[in-house]
Amino acid sequence: MAAEPMIDVRDLVQRIGGQEILRGFSLPVMRGETLVLLGRSGGGKSVFLRHLIGLMKPISGRILVEGEDITGYSERQLEAVRRKVGMVFQDGALFDSMTVAENVAFPLRERGERDGAVVARKVNETLALVNMTGHEHKMPVNLSGGMRKRVALARAIVSPPEVILYDEPTAGLDPIVSDSINRLIRRMQRQLHVTSIVVTHDMVSCYHVADRVALLNAGRVYFYGTVEELKQSRDPVIRDFVDGRSDEAD
Amino acid sequence: MNLLLALGAAFQAFCTYLGQLGELASETVRSVFAGRVRLGLTLQQISHIGFGSQMVVIVTGMFTGAVFTAQTFFQFARLNMESAVGPVISVAMCRELGPVLTGLMVAGRVGAAMSAELGTMKVTQQIDALRALAVHPVDYLVVPRALAMLVSVPLLVGECIFFGILASYLVATQVLGVGSSYFLMNMYKFTEAEDIFMGVIKGFIFAVIIVLISCREGLHARDGAVGVGRATTEAVVICSLAVLISNFFLTMFLNIFFPAGV
Ligand SMILES: Nc1ncnc2c1ncn2[C@@H]1O[C@H](COP(=O)(O)OP(=O)(O)OP(=O)(O)O)[C@@H](O)[C@H]1O
Ligand SMILES: [Mg+2]
Repeated sequence: MAAEPMIDVRDLVQRIGGQEILRGFSLPVMRGETLVLLGRSGGGKSVFLRHLIGLMKPISGRILVEGEDITGYSERQLEAVRRKVGMVFQDGALFDSMTVAENVAFPLRERGERDGAVVARKVNETLALVNMTGHEHKMPVNLSGGMRKRVALARAIVSPPEVILYDEPTAGLDPIVSDSINRLIRRMQRQLHVTSIVVTHDMVSCYHVADRVALLNAGRVYFYGTVEELKQSRDPVIRDFVDGRSDEAD
Repeated sequence: MNLLLALGAAFQAFCTYLGQLGELASETVRSVFAGRVRLGLTLQQISHIGFGSQMVVIVTGMFTGAVFTAQTFFQFARLNMESAVGPVISVAMCRELGPVLTGLMVAGRVGAAMSAELGTMKVTQQIDALRALAVHPVDYLVVPRALAMLVSVPLLVGECIFFGILASYLVATQVLGVGSSYFLMNMYKFTEAEDIFMGVIKGFIFAVIIVLISCREGLHARDGAVGVGRATTEAVVICSLAVLISNFFLTMFLNIFFPAGV
């Protein structure tokens, strides 16, 4: 018998304002693997991630986290799930009344860490991991988009959850910082056995971090397989996406 | 027929709104009794709401007391009842003006700030970020504000009443020439502890009304900056109307327990 998936999504349907965004979306994510989710902009990837921690409720379908169906959970019941599954929001969603250091310290303090020295040490270590040393005392509004994203990443991993959902972690970053973020995602997996879902458009990042790839198209998983299978696919929809071609004439 | 439908829809919207306020209230109460009170944040809010609102409440109270004194004096002078100015002002300040003026000023100053802050957090996904970090927005945002309001508003009401009466005393005795001892004696004679109770009870109730409506508006904000502006305006308008309307019913109701002029 195969191992039970860490996260199992079955036949998810979501409609917002008459627009069908997910139409029977099913995706298993195995424990300890990094799954890259590709898809067109506006295709519903961020909407999908929000369902995994109960920020949105599906119209139908089920979401199993370690075998527990969380779709019917109340806000309080979801708290246990959210301690297990962390999320890096697409545009950071930093608390703008707090400094960078306070933002990163927030999850530690919420998990009951009272010792100021321990908090400060962990915050510094984590900011160093995302190349943000020296910006501790800035306010989020005074950061560039890429810096905000890295602080958000630091906030999500400072007290590492079992599963991390990354919403376009490398979008808007220069190639060098992108590479260090990719390495970081890999390292989280290797050292802490974190299960990850990485939403991205960045094929370099995809090839670097993915154990498995899924392609979201028209509200369903169009492709699900390994990086090798993705590269060798002859399917025109997949090829267009991977090679970055639009069907428009010049 | 169309009118009936429109009325029905408005009534339904009103009931939904009340339902949402009730839900927020019950979530807040449950959070407090489950011991999820954050003392630091609450103290911060008390200094924000209570301490920061003193100036505006004192000024409002004083000038209303002063102008009310002058008008009452002009009318009463024709009946040779100048010394009755004291009790009229003090009873009116305690029972109606103190709590209502404080309620309106707090609705404008604090209600607007609360709905704007929570609304901005909502539309920039900071509320979702809180939830994603397993922190309930009611625990983190609403409970500290609610407790701070419950502590602050009754005290602000007291302050408003005190400074209103002080201003009245000064205007009556120094400007209008009412005898100081007549003013004070009549005031003591006709002002009861019940009058002050009534003001403080109203203060508590206005605190609840303002905090629930403002937080509801903020937490339901959507559509970006425009939506935050809308939420803020609505919070102030609805809070002010709710304070004025509930004040009438509170007066009628509380008068059963604390009858005036007995
Ligand atoms: N709160 C909302 N209200 C209305 N429509 C929404 C809302 N959130 C998302 N949508 C719609 O859902 C669709 C999918 O949005 P989503 O943000 O998931 O796209 P995405 O795949 O993450 O795109 P990108 O790669 O550009 O981030 C879009 O058409 C968007 O307009
Ligand atoms: Mg997105």
